Amino acid sequence: MELIIQGIIKAFELIISLDPEVMGITWLSLKISGTATFISLFIGVSIGTLVALSNFSGKRLIISLINTGMGLPPVVVGLFVTIMIWRSGPLGFLEILYTPYAMIIAQAIIATPIVMGISLASIQNLPPNLRLQILSLGASRLQMVWVLIKESKLPLLAAVMAGFGGVISEVGASIMVGGNIKGYSRVLTTATVMETGKGNFDIAIALGIILLILAFIVNLLLTQIQQRQHPR
Amino acid sequence: MNNFRCSMVLVTLIIAAIIVALGTATVFAAPKQKNIILATTTSTQDSGLLDVLIPMFEKETGYFVKTIAVGSGQAMAMGQKGEADVMLVHSPDAEKKFIEQGYGINRRLIMHNDFIIVGPGADPAKIKGVKSSTEALKVIAKVNALFLSRGDNSGTNAQEKKLWKQASINPEGQKWYQQTGLGMGQTLNVTSEKKGYTLADRGTYLAMKKNLGLDILVEGDAALLNIYHIMEINVTKWPKVNADGAKAFADFMVSKKTQDIIKTFGVDKFGSPLFFPDADKKVEDLGK
Repeated sequence: MELIIQGIIKAFELIISLDPEVMGITWLSLKISGTATFISLFIGVSIGTLVALSNFSGKRLIISLINTGMGLPPVVVGLFVTIMIWRSGPLGFLEILYTPYAMIIAQAIIATPIVMGISLASIQNLPPNLRLQILSLGASRLQMVWVLIKESKLPLLAAVMAGFGGVISEVGASIMVGGNIKGYSRVLTTATVMETGKGNFDIAIALGIILLILAFIVNLLLTQIQQRQHPR
Repeated sequence: MNNFRCSMVLVTLIIAAIIVALGTATVFAAPKQKNIILATTTSTQDSGLLDVLIPMFEKETGYFVKTIAVGSGQAMAMGQKGEADVMLVHSPDAEKKFIEQGYGINRRLIMHNDFIIVGPGADPAKIKGVKSSTEALKVIAKVNALFLSRGDNSGTNAQEKKLWKQASINPEGQKWYQQTGLGMGQTLNVTSEKKGYTLADRGTYLAMKKNLGLDILVEGDAALLNIYHIMEINVTKWPKVNADGAKAFADFMVSKKTQDIIKTFGVDKFGSPLFFPDADKKVEDLGK
């Protein structure tokens, strides 16, 4: 118990003193996970919408695969990304192993199925007549898709939050492909693992608290956008 | 109105994306050609020694060192595939094999400290003060006292297996013998919680002592020496290896200036040094 209080005190010390190393780690976590979520947003929403709106044989199989992907284990992603991009791997020429880029790639792979699965479900959930209605009002197909996406804004922003929450709290892939290099690829989760290993439990708890605060602020902002048009 | 708000949201998102993209582009633009991948053990990082040495080296030479702290076993597996340039490890038998197989070159002695057997203060197996580490392990096995093993092919794990072999005991599968599969720090935590015994390197134990309910029970045995070597990866085997960088780092580690820092590292914090510099010595003369 004493340790937890120590950790909380340490967290506030680090935040108030704007400890440059911790601030750097926090900013890097935000940048990497933010970029990864953004990439996953484009891929996830476009493919999710495409699958939701088209009819083809094997659609159920594809949807099952996407839904399974929502539970993709980060360490497995980390392992495969590592094997792909290390020097002797097929993408070794890129020389991006142990860089923040590799972390963005791994995190985007983790977040994409989450965003895809939720956007697919939310587009499917719209009333089927809506499409016909929009088209009969003279909209082009592209305009129709755009209206549908806007209609499901609420669940789509939930998808962004789920994707971001999944990757900012993820450690397995980040430590494998990023290497936890000080001042370069060390993020909040990997730093927490390292400090725990070193026995610096107070700093580890402090980093955990900072991670929670960061996740809270991001979700608060997204929820603001999400709820704006809806009278409470 | 609805439409207007939606486009506002979109514009905000796009602006945010541009800011993030710009930010990443400038910050991630680290030097590319000058990267060195150092595969090393957790003990050198967890003790804080590398946090002192690497910034010095980077400032001096302009290289950028990517330190990947894993167990010695995994570090050498990385080296074997040419995924590292230079390695600082402590698993002498495996290192010799590594050199013989042609994966590594220029194996040089850097420093040593020692392993210790730690356990609960109450010491149920009564091994405190036993001079020989193999004798102590025999007693632990005889009374079936809980022993925690790293079980991760790290240098410490290799040393522990060697000691069991010398004691002619096969602990694998015994109820009192548990493998954590974790790093040294976490294994010490588990050992402390379970009131068991384990083999640890002195540096990690000293760094973590304040949170542990564990005492040093066996120390000073010559069999407990923990020796660190540096090896460069053989560039003729793996052309992509940064051989110049690896050599520069290895030379830096054996330089007098670095060795002097190793000599005093940790004295201010723990009252005694964590490592003893050995660059000008021979392995046979250590611990004498």
